[in-house]
Amino acid sequence: MRPKALWIVLAAALASAAPALAAADTLTIGFTDSQTGKLNNDSTAQMRGFELWRDEVNAAGGIAAGGKHYMVNFASYDDESQGTRVQQLYTRLITQDKAQFLFSPYSSGLTASAAIVSEQYGKVMITTGAAEEKTYKLGNKNLFQIYSPAGQYLAGALKALKEKNPNAKIAFVYEDSPFAKAVAHAVRDLAKKEGMSFVLDESYSSDTTDFGPIINKIVAAKADALLGGGHYADGATLARQLHDQKANLKWVTLLVAPDSPNFAKLGDAAVGISVPSQWEPQVTFKPDFGPTAQQFTKQFTDKFKIAPGYHAAGGYAAGLILQHAIEQAGSIDPAKVAAALNKMDVTTMFGRTKFATDPKEHGLQIGHDMVLAQWQRKGGALVKEVVWPDAAKTANVILLNGN
Amino acid sequence: MIPILASIVDGVLIGTVYGLAAMGLTLIWGVMNVINLAHGAFIVLGMFALYFLAAALGLPAYGTVPIVLAAGFAFGIVVYWIAVHRIIGRPELMSLLSTFAVNMVLVGLGTALWTTSPYNVPVTVPGVTLRGYTFTGTHLMAALLAVAIAGLLYLLLYHTRIGKAVRAVAGNREAAELSGIPTTQVLAMAFGLGIALAGASGTLIATMFPFTVLSGEAYQLKSFVVTVLGGLGNPAGALLGGIALGLIEGLATPFMPVSWTPIIEFGLFVLCLIAFPRGIFALTRV
Repeated sequence: MRPKALWIVLAAALASAAPALAAADTLTIGFTDSQTGKLNNDSTAQMRGFELWRDEVNAAGGIAAGGKHYMVNFASYDDESQGTRVQQLYTRLITQDKAQFLFSPYSSGLTASAAIVSEQYGKVMITTGAAEEKTYKLGNKNLFQIYSPAGQYLAGALKALKEKNPNAKIAFVYEDSPFAKAVAHAVRDLAKKEGMSFVLDESYSSDTTDFGPIINKIVAAKADALLGGGHYADGATLARQLHDQKANLKWVTLLVAPDSPNFAKLGDAAVGISVPSQWEPQVTFKPDFGPTAQQFTKQFTDKFKIAPGYHAAGGYAAGLILQHAIEQAGSIDPAKVAAALNKMDVTTMFGRTKFATDPKEHGLQIGHDMVLAQWQRKGGALVKEVVWPDAAKTANVILLNGN
Repeated sequence: MIPILASIVDGVLIGTVYGLAAMGLTLIWGVMNVINLAHGAFIVLGMFALYFLAAALGLPAYGTVPIVLAAGFAFGIVVYWIAVHRIIGRPELMSLLSTFAVNMVLVGLGTALWTTSPYNVPVTVPGVTLRGYTFTGTHLMAALLAVAIAGLLYLLLYHTRIGKAVRAVAGNREAAELSGIPTTQVLAMAFGLGIALAGASGTLIATMFPFTVLSGEAYQLKSFVVTVLGGLGNPAGALLGGIALGLIEGLATPFMPVSWTPIIEFGLFVLCLIAFPRGIFALTRV
């Protein structure tokens, strides 16, 4: 081929590629996930939610805003489940990877660390897997919470317990972590208000492996209901030991751990354990946009060969909400997107989402409601049923030990 | 009274397993002055051995203990030649760094292969229930087997020629060498024994509790406390130290929040280092 012809071919190729290049604007979203460390289980589920959303958005041509289409690109690192790593990595995500928007890491503790950095740089961060309220009451302007706040976690369980047994003797046994403590203190105050009696209030360190001494205290206190837990590892261990040591409880509600499909591996020790859940696959919300819960569940299960729990759904919802805010703002300008988030009152597969705009608690989730789910045996298999509230329930609550 | 007694019994049962875990650590220290920071990782390998042998291959849970002891011994010898042999007789910082590196490699590989999600091996052994307090069969079995393994170690160290050689090397390596004892092989064997004990304790712990790749850290820390209580380099003291630690945990928890237990444990650790630097039960080294 002669040189002139080569130039013509090259020019034609560039010209034909130009629209594609223009359409190939990318939007970088930065976050850390816990690929290692004790938060790995729940963080992985959340990460899968992010990934499913990104893949679907990109397959559909990206996020449309201001006449452009933005393909979503993730910048992410392993935070090793450690707050110190989170602060280093969020700084890196913003300054080196040029992340335009942020998702939170998993857990309230890590998110509190990330929020310091995101606010410092004025970046919009959609938080998921981060329920503790305190972070949203520090005057932050760019945090937006997907989950119902920690104070609501065990409120439903307490109401359901009161309906079943108003004279229950409750033991509060919870992890010594910001999230679990916030939940436990809120439900303890609520129990007092509701006139319910509690006979034990005990926290344990995050790396507790032997719950024998605590179970002896539960037996000594003659408790017949337990509310508490923390995250996956401690919750699963506590559930197994409660079963092995026959703690004679009629009601056990634990945070986080029983929501994971992996909890079924405990076998009989899982039966009857309930969990306050941000979301369950059976919910029947009519979404304003995006898939229904059933469609999401199918897409997730097809992709990852495991059913989604609420951590996965929260991750997906974080993406949906950010996408909707950018579309509503018609821009990727952080101030305009933040303004769209402040105005937002929508329903997705995850339920209703509305953020507090009062400066005292800006970004706190005030639209979303939780459900109470419980592991039950159905035809020999362990299944998680929604047992509260009545409007959403798929089965009646059962008491432990055949009570 | 009954709640305290229940806590004490529970504490002694679990303390026996802590003791077994610490015996491996203290044996290695006693024989070769190596502080094994990979101890927790070897405990975790014992846990996963139970998972794969019992849950996946269907072997009886307690039948896996001899297999873990044998495999742990062989693996320990391999690790000795790779990471320990060259730092024998060198400053202690070298052994800390070398075994810490082994720990990082094992935990890293474990995380890549099995993630940090909890694993559970359901083991059913009838327990004993007294006035509402249940002592699980798995705790009773673990304590019994820990004592049995400690007894076997005692027989090996004090009633066999190999044990005599181990003790001779621990006492004075040069003198042992002059007496014709193949000290390098003895050191490798002692390291293998230490790892076998760590693995077996991991297997017994996994019959009682769910575990993750990261579970070893907590037991490694307890092993250090037990080792200091029992006397560095004293396996019999380690067993007693383990029982003492379990007893302290059992006695303390009815009277104070359980979250204070680590404060008590590590407060004791420091006190012991100051008042009894050779350990409360320090009679003799290996």
